[in-house]
Amino acid sequence: MKSKTENQKGWLFVLPVVLLVAFNAIIPLMTVVNYSVQETFGDNRFFFEGLKWFVQVLHSERFHASLGRQLAFTGIILAIEVPLGVAIALAMPRKGPWVSVCLVLMALPLLIPWNVVGAMWNIFALPDIGMLGKTLNSWGIDYNYTRQPFSAWATLIAMDVWHWTSLVVLLCYAGLSAIPDAYYQAARIDGASSWAVFRYIQLPKMKRVLTIAILLRFMDSFNIYTEPFVLTGGGPGNSTTLLSIDLVKVALGQFDLGPAAAMSIIYFLIILLLSWIFYTLMVQGEEQ
Amino acid sequence: MKRLQWLVPTLYILFLLLPIYWLISMSFKSTNEILGGFTLWPQHFTLQNYRKIFTDPTWYNGYINSLIYVVMNTVLSVAVALPAAYAFSRYRFLGDKHLFFWLLTNRMAPAAVFALPFFQFYSALGLFDTYIAVALAHCLFNIPLAVWILEGFMSSVPRELDETAFVDGYGFWRFFTRIFIPTTAAGIGVAAFFCFMFSWVELLLAKTLTSVAAKPIAATMTRTASSSGYELGLLAAAGTLTIIPGAIVIYFVRNYIAKGFALGRV
Amino acid sequence: MAKITISNLRHSYLPRPGTDDDYALRDIDLEWDDGGAYALLGPSGCGKTTLLNIISGLITPSQGAVLFNNEDVAGVPPDQRNIAQVFQFPVVYDTMTVYDNLAFPLRNRGVSENEVRRRVMEIAAMTELDGMLQKRAFRLTADGKQKISLGRGLVRPDVNVIMFDEPLTVIDLHLKWQLRSKLKELHQRTNTTMIYVTHDQTEALTFADRVVVMHEGQIVQIGTPAELFEQPQHKFVGHFIGSPGMNILPATLENAVPQFAGHRIAVANQPSAAGRLDGKCLEIGVRPEFVALVDDGIPAKILKVSDAGRYRIVRADCLGTQINLLIDDGVQLPQEQEHVQVDFDPLQTRLYADGWLVR
Repeated sequence: MKSKTENQKGWLFVLPVVLLVAFNAIIPLMTVVNYSVQETFGDNRFFFEGLKWFVQVLHSERFHASLGRQLAFTGIILAIEVPLGVAIALAMPRKGPWVSVCLVLMALPLLIPWNVVGAMWNIFALPDIGMLGKTLNSWGIDYNYTRQPFSAWATLIAMDVWHWTSLVVLLCYAGLSAIPDAYYQAARIDGASSWAVFRYIQLPKMKRVLTIAILLRFMDSFNIYTEPFVLTGGGPGNSTTLLSIDLVKVALGQFDLGPAAAMSIIYFLIILLLSWIFYTLMVQGEEQ
Repeated sequence: MKRLQWLVPTLYILFLLLPIYWLISMSFKSTNEILGGFTLWPQHFTLQNYRKIFTDPTWYNGYINSLIYVVMNTVLSVAVALPAAYAFSRYRFLGDKHLFFWLLTNRMAPAAVFALPFFQFYSALGLFDTYIAVALAHCLFNIPLAVWILEGFMSSVPRELDETAFVDGYGFWRFFTRIFIPTTAAGIGVAAFFCFMFSWVELLLAKTLTSVAAKPIAATMTRTASSSGYELGLLAAAGTLTIIPGAIVIYFVRNYIAKGFALGRV
Repeated sequence: MAKITISNLRHSYLPRPGTDDDYALRDIDLEWDDGGAYALLGPSGCGKTTLLNIISGLITPSQGAVLFNNEDVAGVPPDQRNIAQVFQFPVVYDTMTVYDNLAFPLRNRGVSENEVRRRVMEIAAMTELDGMLQKRAFRLTADGKQKISLGRGLVRPDVNVIMFDEPLTVIDLHLKWQLRSKLKELHQRTNTTMIYVTHDQTEALTFADRVVVMHEGQIVQIGTPAELFEQPQHKFVGHFIGSPGMNILPATLENAVPQFAGHRIAVANQPSAAGRLDGKCLEIGVRPEFVALVDDGIPAKILKVSDAGRYRIVRADCLGTQINLLIDDGVQLPQEQEHVQVDFDPLQTRLYADGWLVR
């Protein structure tokens, strides 16, 4: 495979993309930056305030709380979805008529509008009329996600696992499918155990797709809004108010443009930083 | 242990299907029955929810609206991504790596950050409550995704193909449309699938940028829930219907899913 | 050391095979002695890899038996058959070092670390990998990785048979020659039975003492390279071996005398009784080396003359059938479109019925 040719004409090719994305990204972001350093008193007059909003947000307990909840949420779902996804991908048949059936059924949750996912689980988990809620309570478990923060968290996590694990499964499955049979045959002749096959053949070959899966799940879970909003609205109280939900409350609910804008920028920077760290660690791991 | 291997995917799929079954069974119940208590399947099977959706314009328009902007966005995103992906895969130009990374950062952007700015921005442009507004807004996430996927597929097409075509006298655009695009058809399919998927499922921006004329079904559902109390049966039917386009698309690309994931990089 | 016997083997990949066409392998009977170097030669899809995988135990045959030293090995898993296999693509454990790769099969069998060290160092020296034992396997070039695959096969002291499935496919041309010589050398040193599967006749003929030629799931001939060249038992063998391969001419029989397009042809295997060959498709085979230009013979028209170095390949149309002849350097060349007369050396011309040599 030859390397790329130097060709500044390349810019013409990417121009439509740059324009469309910049149109959406740069101008709105500029307004955000604008608001983040100004104060308004509601009558379209703005006063430059420097970094006041940033300081306020960074020191606000409310922000710390949302951030903490968000980090906990992302950490928990990564810890569940990644091993679970890998395990399911490993257990799936590699050939045969059931493969397409499995893949199609597993992909279904990924294609449901996010508000429907939230609404579905909202009712599914209701303690008196929902299938899950009613069943749990009839087994003697005191479960009510609308009143108990712990149940709300459990339901939120169950919903996300239900919703997104298939993405990890599909990606890992694709990585596994790319392993030629000869590897497994050689392992059989070498007398390797199943664990050795996993550790020395499957896991290394899946490193690339696993990186993508983890990165995507990390980013998307950190940005999550709709499903938890429809499920719990951030409650009970604000026990499930994750970062995005809090931000929208401040921006569109309270119309506190300054703090909202500052929070947006901080939010974006956090995710950029964390993603960059994740990405670098994983790429480094790959190169070793 | 090997014998029971099929149990794992089977249990997982049952777990996935459970809430969906619940939704579908609710859609065939009246709201009264749902609120009355938990029943495993409809005691009084009824089609009234579906009838309402198919006859009431506020409902069925929601689906049409959603489909319109999703298709618009998919076509737009893939169309502009194609030449860009080609450039990233074949050419080196000033700032190309940084540009690529910048594109990817947009995919990472929290939608919540853009909700208010988009609302003000598109309103200022007079595009509030139009299909094009949502289609354009979704480009923020979908174009980087499409470029990323397509670039992966295109890089696996050998450069010799291009060179042979040029030697054979093909002009660039003729080569691109007649030869190159058919070769990367699988990649285009995968990219289009993911654009469709992300645009169809997204709610926050779609809801923020519309009110009546271009209101997507997702917004209709959430507005109904808050205004007229919980018409659960109706909501369930509406929800069930939203699953169908996704199921259809998945059915058609089922043979490419595993291959597509493997070849490209989602 | 092991003698391998294949008896009545048939194998189909379909769950319910019907006709012969559904079988990848049909009626294989074979015996390989200890310590020999064998080649399994045939075009792609003829069943060579299937046969190899059945011997190593990766596939269970639909019918028939595989015997090692006269003992049926059905049900014995691959890691207990004392075989090693080198695949087309280098199979290495990327994340391990070269040393650990070579040690892997021994460690899986619970061999002590001292013994492991001794064997690995010995094999590393033999395969010239001793300079890179601490490198991670994925860093090696394709030929290095194949050496690791080979090494993993040699490192086990209990291995009786090493099987190679087109191992030089991904190796660069100039390294193929080196590796091939290495394999031959290793065979002489270790005296392990080696079975080399390939579709390249040069590889087969230079590596093996005896070659098994396969075609469409059947064995068509077993013999030394010389035997295959001089006495092809099946027209496929004649056609496949040699470059260019044997000429095949449609024939008929009149009063037990072979005829081609009206001319009587003298053959080395003159049939005794005519009746035996009724209803069969008859063909005459003669290698281009044994077709000569004469003053009085069968008419032909020269189509094309190509230069192959030390000789020329002449393509001619002989009464409707295209044939090749070889002309040595220095002999006068015919012109294209020229009309000539050709003759076939009777000692090297043979009659085939339904593809098989007539006895």
